Amino acid sequence: MSELLIEDRPAKSIVPAPAGNVKQKEFGNERKLMTAHTFTHLDALESESIHIMREVAAECKNPALLFSGGKDSIVMLRLAEKAFRPAKFPFPLVHIDTEHNFPEVIACRDKLAADLGERLIVRSLEDSIKRGTIIIKDLDKPRNPYQSVTLLETIAEFGFDACMGGARRDEEKARAKERIFSFRDEFGQWDPKNQRPELWDIYNTRVHNGENIRVFPISNWTEMDIWEYIGREKLHIPSIYFAHEREVIRRGGSVIPVSHLVQPKAGEKIEVVSVRFRTVGDMTCTAPVESTASNVDEIIEETATTRITERGATRMDDQTSDASMELRKKEGYF
Amino acid sequence: MDTMTQLLRFITAGSVDDGKSTLIGRLLHDSKSIFEDQFSAISKTSEKRGMAAVDLSLLTDGLQAEREQGITIDVAYRYFATPKRKFIIGDTPGHEQYTRNMVTAASTANLVVILIDARRGVLVQTRRHTYLASLVGVPHIVLAVNKMDMVDYSQARFDEIVTEYKKFAAQLDLHDITCIPLSALVGDMVVDRGESLDWYQGPTLMEKLESVEIDHDVNTTDFRYPVQWVCRPQTDEYHDFRGFMGRIEAGEISVGDEITVLPSGRTSKVKEIVTYDGNLQTAYAPQSVTLTLTDEIDISRGDMFVKADYLPTVAKEFGAMMCWFSETPLDKNRKYLVKHTTRTAKCLFSSVDYRVDVNTLEQHANPAVNMNDIVRVAMKVQQPLAFDHYTRNRASGSFIVIDEASNNTVAAGMIV
Repeated sequence: MSELLIEDRPAKSIVPAPAGNVKQKEFGNERKLMTAHTFTHLDALESESIHIMREVAAECKNPALLFSGGKDSIVMLRLAEKAFRPAKFPFPLVHIDTEHNFPEVIACRDKLAADLGERLIVRSLEDSIKRGTIIIKDLDKPRNPYQSVTLLETIAEFGFDACMGGARRDEEKARAKERIFSFRDEFGQWDPKNQRPELWDIYNTRVHNGENIRVFPISNWTEMDIWEYIGREKLHIPSIYFAHEREVIRRGGSVIPVSHLVQPKAGEKIEVVSVRFRTVGDMTCTAPVESTASNVDEIIEETATTRITERGATRMDDQTSDASMELRKKEGYF
Repeated sequence: MDTMTQLLRFITAGSVDDGKSTLIGRLLHDSKSIFEDQFSAISKTSEKRGMAAVDLSLLTDGLQAEREQGITIDVAYRYFATPKRKFIIGDTPGHEQYTRNMVTAASTANLVVILIDARRGVLVQTRRHTYLASLVGVPHIVLAVNKMDMVDYSQARFDEIVTEYKKFAAQLDLHDITCIPLSALVGDMVVDRGESLDWYQGPTLMEKLESVEIDHDVNTTDFRYPVQWVCRPQTDEYHDFRGFMGRIEAGEISVGDEITVLPSGRTSKVKEIVTYDGNLQTAYAPQSVTLTLTDEIDISRGDMFVKADYLPTVAKEFGAMMCWFSETPLDKNRKYLVKHTTRTAKCLFSSVDYRVDVNTLEQHANPAVNMNDIVRVAMKVQQPLAFDHYTRNRASGSFIVIDEASNNTVAAGMIV
């Protein structure tokens, strides 16, 4: 993607057709003036995502939108606004909080939900730990593997039959194989070998009681698309996505942010480096990249020239095995 | 502003022997879309398996079972971009479930690349891939005659293959076929032209992918607007607002246009085209919008707005070509569900007329319907559907069949 050019696009890429637009009767025979309203890739992706969200609202009895305060879920919120305004969202926002989140992300989550006037449900891993359904030996270790437990408990508590998430197929190999409407059995499990065929834009949303569908409206978006869209829509995202000075330590080839959860071990030195986060997750396993990109345009430029994938650079928990994500998904992860 | 990036979806059809993985790898590699950490991961795996070179097919094998068994189970989607376009590749495996996977991936594709080994020429599988592409109505075909390096870059050999292929393709409903000689291994005519195919004047594969005209892949004339969701905010500000949300599947609509609501047949006029970014004067396929009307008429999800100048058929019976996906054969005594645009209705199969042998195109009468079979059926639905012939309008001519007991998607159909 190193040669990707970013053009200045008009804020609205759909411009009215020229006056006196010629009507044609026979489809396919004549060429019509289409250039005036050619869809850009972002328009195409946006329209697809809106269509998917509306299908969920119309066909599922009790859907929810999983919202973390990260950039992908912030894009999801804008898409939901485009899908349902001037009405309220026909579903609540749900956050499964590991309590290992960056404070800037949580602040952004709360602000966005409040600004939108939408209902936000937060359920914490701590609740599951108190209930005894999650048993963690080391409370400071990454908690992503346990998120599935609290998510499934939350699904059961509210009786959600569909959960929309901001996962993308370009993120990870197992995700690349997952359907947009991904069926989960009553244990929340994904069976990759037994997925429903998905054709055209006709989605099968049917589940039996107790079963569940995970829906990924931005499946076809790439990291670059997300950044271009954030730029085009002028979306407010947590400050840690932009370059900032941060205390870090270097461990096993990764740059790790120092926090109350991560302190230097003997022999490790704290450095202050200009970094930004490409993904924001569990503080103990989300590594920033060294960067001086301080605005969306500069991030787009860096994204266009980077030679490392998003998760490869930033998610230590996905590097433990080729199949980490697949295994987590089989257990109910989104 | 006139160089806005478009999105092109394409699939590759061919077996490993034809060099499919090598071709995809070459496209990604030469367009600099393979990341270092991906490349290092598959290099390690290739080495572990004792392979001499890096196996690029590992890039798309996402599941544990696939990596363990060295097979590909399912359709994988890959993404790359050039300065001219964004691309989504649907990579379909070539094993026994081929029909199901190819039909699935082809349903959203603008273009299919059909790979041929120049030494072997047009094979049974070439015919199968081409037939399926025409059945699903993929608008553009690229015949990639690969391994030209193995036939001394012979123009005569290329011409011979093209002649044979075009003779076969003439029997099918295909309109845009481009034949390109190339070598995925060496890299000739994939992204770069190379130096060995001077006699060929046409586009490279990448040039074709970047330039193929896709604006007309959707029907731009017959307005089709299936209502997805009725928006009633019921707030003070939007007290009387009643918006009909949906995606324009074909054609265009302007404020003031008269529309007909199907199946009821009632008419009204478009009052506003509402979007989050402001109201529009005109909107086009495939935009997702919200329409308000000048009259209060009873409209709900599953209804379709059309214009009176070209009406779809509204009926409870129709014929279709159908691809059966389920391991459980079709049971003609059972009722199924059909989902067509935004309407779901009970249906039954009044007859199964014939099965098409995808290798020979021969028709076999009164068949049983098993997984991967392509059959001609006659169907009856409980409620009327507003539909078009699939070749005229993909969106209003397609449907899926759902088994109500298992909730599985058991078939996909194209109305004829």
